Parts: sequence; structure tokens; C-alpha cells
Amino acid sequence: MTALSDFMRRPEAGSVLSLIAVIAFFVIFGGANIGNFLGAASWVNLAANLGIVAIPMGMLMIAGELDISIGAMIPAGSMTVAILSGYYELPILVGMAGALGLGVVVGLVNGILTVRTSVPSLIITLGTLVAMQGIVLSASVLLTGNASVALTAPVWTKAIFGQLIGGSYQIIILWWLAMTVVFVVIMHHTRYGNWIFAMGGDKVSARNAGIPTDRMTIFLFVLSAVAASFVGMCGAILFNSAQVSGGMNYIFNAVVSVVVGGVLLTGGFGSVWGIFFGTLTFAVVNQGIYFTQLDRNWSSLIIGVMLLAAVLVNNRFRAFALTASRKKPA
Amino acid sequence: MTQPVLELRNVNKSFGPIDVLHDINLTVKAGEVLCLLGDNGAGKSTLIKTLAGVHKPTTGEIWMDGEQVSFEKPKDAADRGIATVHQFGGTFPLMSIGRSFFVGVEPVKKIGPFKIFDRKTANETAVKAVQEFGITRIDDGDRLIGGLSGGERQSLAIARAVHFGARVLILDEPTAALGVKQSSHVLRIILEARKRGLAVIFITHQVTHAMAVGDHFAVLIRGAVAANFMRGEKTREEITDLMAGGEALASLDTELEGYMETHEGHPPQPVA
Repeated sequence: MTALSDFMRRPEAGSVLSLIAVIAFFVIFGGANIGNFLGAASWVNLAANLGIVAIPMGMLMIAGELDISIGAMIPAGSMTVAILSGYYELPILVGMAGALGLGVVVGLVNGILTVRTSVPSLIITLGTLVAMQGIVLSASVLLTGNASVALTAPVWTKAIFGQLIGGSYQIIILWWLAMTVVFVVIMHHTRYGNWIFAMGGDKVSARNAGIPTDRMTIFLFVLSAVAASFVGMCGAILFNSAQVSGGMNYIFNAVVSVVVGGVLLTGGFGSVWGIFFGTLTFAVVNQGIYFTQLDRNWSSLIIGVMLLAAVLVNNRFRAFALTASRKKPA
Repeated sequence: MTQPVLELRNVNKSFGPIDVLHDINLTVKAGEVLCLLGDNGAGKSTLIKTLAGVHKPTTGEIWMDGEQVSFEKPKDAADRGIATVHQFGGTFPLMSIGRSFFVGVEPVKKIGPFKIFDRKTANETAVKAVQEFGITRIDDGDRLIGGLSGGERQSLAIARAVHFGARVLILDEPTAALGVKQSSHVLRIILEARKRGLAVIFITHQVTHAMAVGDHFAVLIRGAVAANFMRGEKTREEITDLMAGGEALASLDTELEGYMETHEGHPPQPVA
């Protein structure tokens, strides 16, 4: 039983169980054809786009911060590349650098405001969220006279950022998988990961232990904003156009994914694998409903119940992780 | 006489118009436990923070090993070998023993061009360090700090400080939140640290605990050292009275008796 009890002590235990539970639920009650479902691209595409913003958001949450400005950064990223390279017909590299550079700037603003003031990052990023929405809409109307801009990306760019593999799988899935692996290593197998956990546990002690907490916090905010504008940029390249609206759903969906993934809202506990499985679970519920006979309007209910259940289960598991110690063989 | 490891000379600290510490003179030698006694608000925490480099003294000098030092930030004090362990010991309840032991100084091993956190070494070192202090119940470095008892956490934090070369150990009320048995664990670890030649500054308001391990006592009242004496020079009652501000406890007795006489023999009702 050691393997099972070791598994239950891990932060991602709850999210793996949630994933199994929702798939079982759809198969049993919804009459989902599991073969069709597993082969479908819709939920994998959703998971990939969501996952790329959920991983940095989860890492920020582990460090004790929250970034909701991603909701504006996704359209900001896609509009920037579309305005620069579509409307003004600048080289695509300029457009992409503009989109990611905007992410760096907004991330720096979020991060620096968070470390310089005592205002909670939720409020700061709420401010930048609304401000960025305004900037993106005004800039778009001012510069192009439109709230939607077309973009024709060169073939090589489409191949890397906006390709549909096998006709339906977005190439961003590969980006997501690569990103997951990279951040699993950084978060759980390097000293930087340890610093992030320590910051979420107790920022003052972490600073006294010599961790550059301010620089780490700013870096995480930059990572989060850049990831969000990357998702927007890839979307614009894939769909050949960018809209001012959209992206707000990502805020709540990413928070749900991260929390289902076992990250503690107050910081200090969680795992990148957990965020990965939490995102998958969310995508399965969100898209899986279409493969069943259930009315699709039920999916929000399921997500809500699942969120509550996952939080309760995760709390239970965390208590278990705290008390359990490996029993010595008698 | 050996040279004191740490010495305060006429240290004053004020925050704006409020004077918190007045002319503090204290010395602590290697292998000696200095007990700092004082009621809440006596200036104990300010004194610790001054020693740990959080605050700078307004006037006065801090000397270490015969040379004057000045701490700009906590890191400076830590580099000099001053380690502070707070009341709740491990401050990262959701981190494993091995990981929290090495926060900020993680051991790494190289795999190709990457530096990977060496979990095995971290766990083994942490467990070994705390077991050397006699806490043999800690044997799994993957356990979370939050799962340890209060005494075990304190022990782990002290073992950590010693492992990283602390020479002056400042213990901020390590036994305040602990039961009798847990406290005795911590006291034993203080003695072990003393045996290893550390200078220990033990802050407490539990006179019994101070008397069990202290070599040298200082009582702080309203930011000044009200008494400074060696082991065996004062009784427990005298120390308690000193901490409470001289005659206060004795007069409380008479006050209570007087109250009971005038109120048909029952003591004052506790304020809800």
C-alpha cells in the first residue's frame, strides 16, 4: 500500500482522481463513446490554450500571488501581432516581438507594483486587466478603425505557431506539452522551484533566507503575461484574424484548473503536474458534454460541483500529507 | 576570561520619538546560555531584531569576537553566524523537511548542463542533522514540516542553524507554545547546542525553563536591563518578581486579600 499512500500525499492526487471521475461519469451516465471522445481534438485544443496560461498562473498562486490580467493579455497579444503585421504589414517577427514584448511590459508593471506596494496582487491585476482592455480597444479603433483585424502569416510562422496537425489538432498542443515538461523540471527539480514554494509558505522568512523574492515575483508576473500574449498571438496566426473581445473566460477557467489541480489558493503547495491534470479535467468536462446525450447547459453545473468536490478532496489529501509518515516495516 | 562572542555596548533604539531600548549592555560567550527574561512589551523582540540585523541601533555598538560590527540587513548578521529561531520553528509548514532545511542554499547535482535539486542529499543531510540532536523520530526527509510536533519543529530549526555554522543562536520564546514534555525536548537541545560551543540567547518568560538551562540571566523591564546576574545568584521567586516589575506580585497578593475582606470573601470576578 506504500505506493498508494505515497500517491495520496502528492499535490496532484486530487486532480488525477477528478479526471478519472469525470471520464467515468460521462461514460456511465452520458453514454459517451469513449473511443470517439479520446480521439477528438476539441478538448485537447481547449486544454492546450488554457494550460499555457494555467501553468504560470498556478506558479504565481504557489508563490502566494494571483494574476487575473491574463484575461486582457490574450486579446492584447493577438491584436498586437495582427495590427503590426496585418494592418501595417510589418514583418511577422516584428509583430510577434511586439506581442511578447507587450507581455513583458505588462508583467513588469504587475510585478513591480506588487513588490513595491502592499496592495494585493488580485487588485493590482484587476486594475491592469481593465486598463489593458481599454488600451486594446481604443488603440485598435484609433489605429485601424475596427475592432477586428485580419492577419496573413507566412507559411513558416503558421507551421510553428498556427498549424492544424491532422486537420484538427492545434500545434499549440505541442507547445503546451513542452512547457509542462520544462516547468515540471524547474518547479520540482531545481532550486528556483524550491524558492517559489518557500515564498508562498512565508515571504519574510524566504527573504531572510537570502531568496531574491522581489525579482522572483516580478519574473513570475512577466512569465504569466507573456504566456497569455503568446496564446493570443498563436490564436491570431492560426485563425488569420484577431478580435478585441474574448479572453475573460480564461481567467475563471484557469483558476478552476489550477485549484482542481491541487494548488493551495493561499500559496505554498501545489504541483505543475497537478495543474496539468486539472486543466485536462476542466477541458474534458467543458467539451466532453458534447459527446454525451446530456444537454450541454449542464456542463457549468458539473464544473461548479467538480470544483467544490476537488477543493474538499484536496484539503483532505493535504491534511493526509501532513499527518502521514511512512510506516517503518515492523 | 575568554572573549565574548557577542557584546552589546550602550545600545539604544528608538522609533521616532519612542525610545524602546535604553543603554543595553550584554555579553554572551561561547558555550554559554544567556536567558533574556522580560514581560510582554519589555523590548525583547526589538532587542532580538537589533541583534539579527533587522533594526540598526540608534546609538551604541555591537561587537563580535573583539571587533565592532554593523548589520545593514538580516543577511549580514546571518553571515556573521547569528541565527534566529522563531516561536514556531519551521516557517514553511507545507514543505518537506529536506526542502525547507535547505531553502536558499539548495544542494544541486549536475545533469548535463542543468543543475538539478539533489533531493536525496538534502533529505539525508537534514535527517542526519536533526538526529544528531537526539530527535530520532524524524527519519523521513519527505515528511512535511506541518506534520511535526512543535518541539520537533524547534529542534529541526535549531539543528538547521547549527548545521549552517551558526555561532550565536537566538531562540525567541521557543517553549512558549509547547507542552511540558515538548518543552523539555527543546531545553535538552539548547543544552546540546551549548555543549557544542554555541553562544545561546534564550528569550522566554517562563522562569522555570530559564533556570533549567541558563548560565547567565538578564531581566529586561521597559527597554532597560533591570538585572544581570549569574546562575545561582537569585531564586525563582526573586526573578519572577523582577520580571513583573519589582514588588508588583507581592502587592497583588495583599490587594487580593484586601478585596476579599471587603467583598464577603469572594475573589474578584475575572473580566469576561
